[in-house]
Amino acid sequence: MTTLLEIADYRLAFDTFDGTHHVLDGIDLRLDAGETLGVVGETGCGKSVLARSLLQLNPSPPARVVSGAIRFRGEDLLRLEEAALRRLRGRAIAMVFQDPASYLNPLLAVATQMEDAIRGQDSAAGGRPRPRRAARALAAELLSAVGLPEPQRLLASHPHQLSGGMRQRVLIAMALAGEPALLVADEPTTALDVTVQAQVLALIDGLVRARGLALMLISHDLGVVSASCARVAVMYAGTVVEEAPTPELIARPLHPYAQGLIAAVPDLGRPEAKPRGMPGSIPSLLHPPSGCRFHPRCPLASERCRVEKPLRRTLLPGRSVACHHATP
Amino acid sequence: MLIYVIRRIGLAALMLFGLVCITFTIANVAPSDPAALAAGPDASRSQIEQARRDYGLDKPLPEQFLRYVSDLAQGRFGRSVATGRDVGTDLARYFPATLELCVLAMLTGVLVGLPLGMLSALHKDGPIDHVTRIFAVSGIALPPFWFGLLLQLLIATWLGWLPTSGRLSVVTEPPDPITGLLLLDALLRGQGGIFVEGLTYMILPALVLSFPCLASILRVNRSEMVEALRADYVVSARAHGVTPWRIVAVHALKNAMLPTLAIIGLRWGWMMSSTVLVETVFDWPGIGLYAVSSAISGDFKPVMGVTMIVGVNFMIANLLVDLLYGVLDPRLRSA
Repeated sequence: MTTLLEIADYRLAFDTFDGTHHVLDGIDLRLDAGETLGVVGETGCGKSVLARSLLQLNPSPPARVVSGAIRFRGEDLLRLEEAALRRLRGRAIAMVFQDPASYLNPLLAVATQMEDAIRGQDSAAGGRPRPRRAARALAAELLSAVGLPEPQRLLASHPHQLSGGMRQRVLIAMALAGEPALLVADEPTTALDVTVQAQVLALIDGLVRARGLALMLISHDLGVVSASCARVAVMYAGTVVEEAPTPELIARPLHPYAQGLIAAVPDLGRPEAKPRGMPGSIPSLLHPPSGCRFHPRCPLASERCRVEKPLRRTLLPGRSVACHHATP
Repeated sequence: MLIYVIRRIGLAALMLFGLVCITFTIANVAPSDPAALAAGPDASRSQIEQARRDYGLDKPLPEQFLRYVSDLAQGRFGRSVATGRDVGTDLARYFPATLELCVLAMLTGVLVGLPLGMLSALHKDGPIDHVTRIFAVSGIALPPFWFGLLLQLLIATWLGWLPTSGRLSVVTEPPDPITGLLLLDALLRGQGGIFVEGLTYMILPALVLSFPCLASILRVNRSEMVEALRADYVVSARAHGVTPWRIVAVHALKNAMLPTLAIIGLRWGWMMSSTVLVETVFDWPGIGLYAVSSAISGDFKPVMGVTMIVGVNFMIANLLVDLLYGVLDPRLRSA
């Protein structure tokens, strides 16, 4: 397998009036072509910021890259000009967003939005944009591909006339327009009804398999990630604390935070085993804790954890953990 | 869409009735006696009573109101008690001058304000944004009569580039009226020279009139654009590879235009009523000047007429804005 995406020691800060928020603190991740990776963590741990970093969509200012590299097919995205980034957006890396209601333009017909995306990618590729009619034909094809009936009627409608699930399918169809190699899905089911969630996940799964896409699925929901991703990375306060094959992480998490996350998930098969909550809340990224960012909430925390930031080390084949006390 | 249009028009009709009630009330609570004014300064008590009967002012108020409404419905605004002239005829003479001035000022405001607003939003907190901010704040803060005098002094008197005041030079014969709009009439009659001359007379007052309007359009459009450019749908448009130009000019601008349109409608009404100051400074023969001179002599029929005209204009402008809203926003169409 060839490495598609490599994030190396990526640090991102947000400069605001209050000071500098250290949002991402040394992210290391790798994704091969056709591979599926889930990223889980609490709200505010930097998952979405990381996702947007892959397309350089974080507004700058306030976002500022402190250090590191994000290499896509060996090319460092952080060093690319805006025009070069535009060639990647949609065509190499595509993105599906959390709330389809706000990520579709309320005033534009579905057709306009899809045609604009398709034609924009044409012109980013250096060619003349194809005629609107041709773009519309492709848009209709894409809508059928994501399982939406009557694509022509759908193209003529506006987002407010669609249900949440339909909107998300439209966004997924748009993401497929440029035949990307990597699909980044940022909480794609969070804003949807539970029944629709399963359909949309199944759709993403099917598309990823059928088209051989690499998938980076971001979610706060371990269940969502475990169903679709072979590998999972657990994030806490801007760092990846553990990375492992999904079944192994769920069976035996090694990092105390990952253990806490899994203990907090109710087990429907054993209703007598009550889910356990994790004490404390996610720390301020304006003044993050010293040493290990998890130490104020960690049952194993020692003096060393307060002082020294643990580096992620490989404990078992394919499993790495950023904790001083974790043992295989 | 049809229901939306009908509802908007119905609302406008209701507002019109409200306006009629208000003008009538104000005219009747104003502390002046129109009968005494009509009869003249040296009139005896019986002459004043005679005048009161002549103008129907001795009738009970409800009856006066009904007559006022039915007169208005037939396009009759009553007679001025000071000059004895028909107010409708006066308005037909003065209103086109004001309309022309306001249209030119509004065009300037929109055509300059919108692009500057977009530009400042794109360069938020950059040098361009700071310059337009100062420009806009002064546009809102400068009193029009003072700004007008300043421009007259600088551009008309010292530099001599444009005429000081009036609508045309006294020796120029205005074109035969077709619409009453001087520039349009000159064009229709093929009198290019008069068109150019009329324009030179109009530039300064239109500029003064448009400045506050331009400034508020600029500021509203800027802040709406800033917001739209930060919106989720712009993030996804960028992620999907939509060209930056298309994002700014269509995806974001369309959303930013909704509140901007509202401010344009409001400013139109505000402009119509604020021509009073500008017309006075520039000696512009419009309804503002007419209203002021009538008000000073306590002559309420022309003031009511002007109020009606300005109010109706305001309502038409806002009706248009509402209809444009419907065109822009599909959610309103289907609501």
